[in-house]
Amino acid sequence: MDAPAITDSKAPVLEVQGLRTVFHTSEGMIHAVNGVSFYLRAGELVGVVGESGSGKSVTMMSLMKLLPEPPAEIVGGSALLEGRDLLRLEPSALRHVRGGEIGFVFQDPMTSLNPVFTIGYQLTEPLREHLGMSRSEARARAIDLLSLVGIPTPEERLNDFPHQFSGGMRQRVMIAIALACDPKVLIADEPTTALDVTIQAQILELVKSLRQELGMGIVWITHDLGVVAGIADRVMVMYGGLVVEHARVSELYARPMHPYTRALLETLPSLDGTRSDRLRSIAGQPPHMTQAPSACPFAPRCTHVHDRCLAENPPLVEAAPGHDVACWWRPPEQVSESEVNADA
Amino acid sequence: MFRYTIRRLLFAIPTLLVISFIIFALLDLAPGDPTSQLPINIPAEVRQKIREALGLGEPFYVRYGLWMQQFFVNEPLNILEQWFGVTIGDSENRLRVLSWSTRSPVVDLIVERMPQTLWVVGMAYVVGIAIALPVGVISAYRQYSIFDQAGTFITMIGFSIPPFFSGVLVIVIFSVNLGWFPSIYDTTHVVTDWDSFLKQINQMILPVMVLALQITAQLTRFMRASMLDNLNQDYVRTARAKGMSEQAVVLLHVLRNSMIPVITVIALAVPSIFGGAIITEQIFKVNGIGALLIGGIEAGDLPLVQTLTFIFAVLIVLFNLVADILYGILDPRIRYD
Ligand SMILES: Nc1ncnc2c1ncn2[C@@H]1O[C@H](COP(=O)(O)OP(=O)(O)OP(=O)(O)O)[C@@H](O)[C@H]1O
Ligand SMILES: [Mg+2]
Repeated sequence: MDAPAITDSKAPVLEVQGLRTVFHTSEGMIHAVNGVSFYLRAGELVGVVGESGSGKSVTMMSLMKLLPEPPAEIVGGSALLEGRDLLRLEPSALRHVRGGEIGFVFQDPMTSLNPVFTIGYQLTEPLREHLGMSRSEARARAIDLLSLVGIPTPEERLNDFPHQFSGGMRQRVMIAIALACDPKVLIADEPTTALDVTIQAQILELVKSLRQELGMGIVWITHDLGVVAGIADRVMVMYGGLVVEHARVSELYARPMHPYTRALLETLPSLDGTRSDRLRSIAGQPPHMTQAPSACPFAPRCTHVHDRCLAENPPLVEAAPGHDVACWWRPPEQVSESEVNADA
Repeated sequence: MFRYTIRRLLFAIPTLLVISFIIFALLDLAPGDPTSQLPINIPAEVRQKIREALGLGEPFYVRYGLWMQQFFVNEPLNILEQWFGVTIGDSENRLRVLSWSTRSPVVDLIVERMPQTLWVVGMAYVVGIAIALPVGVISAYRQYSIFDQAGTFITMIGFSIPPFFSGVLVIVIFSVNLGWFPSIYDTTHVVTDWDSFLKQINQMILPVMVLALQITAQLTRFMRASMLDNLNQDYVRTARAKGMSEQAVVLLHVLRNSMIPVITVIALAVPSIFGGAIITEQIFKVNGIGALLIGGIEAGDLPLVQTLTFIFAVLIVLFNLVADILYGILDPRIRYD
């Protein structure tokens, strides 16, 4: 893993500021993303965690304008990819970014591939579109990509249809498609959730090695703090369409500050514990996002809630070096030890 | 796929045998007398003689057996002879299925009437498809737009107004009041040059319009629904995330998937062309298959009606098979073995 001093000095490839996305539905407005800011440097892997409905997918799809408008509407913010604001790009320029500069791997590999086209066709499409390759060049590159993601006998498999692949293999194909044009950024939206544990581990290994090989920035969305611990440099915790905590992995696991993060970490089965009999989940319901948050969205479920939480939504502030949190409360042990260099 | 087709064809034989028996039995049970249309002054004994001459004296199973032999053996042999100009066996005395009212072979009558029906009804089907597919695609892509809502309105009309009403309506408007098109289809008209071609087009417009309205209405709804189904699929988002143009996303990725059920339905509905023709041909006096069938029913012409009904059944079985095979060709997930 890169030393912090090196990565921190690089300018971010992707910088998102104050992103806000709403959905117009028949039951009224849904405020899915309420001012999300984050950045991503080249070669870095940022994990995004949060329970279902916290706005992880909507945030990332908003960046590439992949949400159908209507019902979605991006109401504010900017998303700079090397200085260009993706939210204000011309459609043709945006098309070049999609697949060309940002690769996207979706949650469900079973439905994300077109059932009536061969894998070869679907894999060569972006190559011909963005890199202007000829049929045979694209084919050769497709074979390379398939072997890169660990698909045996790639020449033969090019002519197969998606239904002839297993779930794990389809996800590898999806990753190959996302990597096809050497993107600067790879966004992986829960790429392993639909897969079983061994396949999940294989995909994780694959991404780790590819990341070193290709040096792109990766955003990895997951429910699972355990997965993030293994691969990420930094972690961003989302709740109610907001980033509530953000820090380097080691820091976040050693000193979680937000009560939500702390609760999430407690729900993890401990690695050493042979019997994790109490697999706790966080009590209470995720917020209804029918209004933009005026109070802390986690307050109704928070064990440390006090008056201020209900009156004012805490902003994301740097509470310790490189450690941002959006909470009025601070854990008592916070100020004690501050030696950090236990990076995995 | 080949073996599947062969197996399906073999299965079709018992199906058709059962259908032929049911058709024959049902029509035999139906009331009606082939001599009822003859002049009133023919004495009863003569009528009885006529009935016997037509074979009605024989028991049911003998008549069914003879019809089977005529339909399945004699007629195909006859067709072979005509196509290849050869003589197979005793072709002079081979009995064909004869119409009672005209005494000419039923198959010859059908061959004679077929072109009229195909011109009008077949053309309506082609026109209907050509309108329905693009309209369905655009309506789905621009769901709830003015275009979509206008399309919905017109297809509702097409759905709810039956051809016997819309037929009369267009005749009143376009032939009686405006005088643009003839209300009667002249079957004897032969196309020889440009002018006669224009006349042919001119007289086809009204019946084609009426039939096409119905076909377009149904197919547009189906195409639209199929597109909408697919536009929400995850693979569409993948295609967009790859940076494909909207055109490629919609007309390649989505359309290719949406066409699978649509093409199947188009194939399945081919036999219903002839069903739809029955009423439209009556209204516009087109002298086609539909008119032949109605005439046969009115005259109590059992062999004609039985044969036509059975051919209709064969078409249904056949196009079901065609639809299944097309499905297998178009959808790589389907494996027939
Ligand atoms: N098409 C839509 N219409 C209305 N609301 C939507 C739509 N898509 C998402 N939302 C809402 O946006 C919010 C965030 O959804 P999002 O899919 O980003 O959650 P997530 O964090 O990715 O959850 P998961 O882990 O289940 O994927 C949810 O409250 C969801 O109900
Ligand atoms: Mg999601």
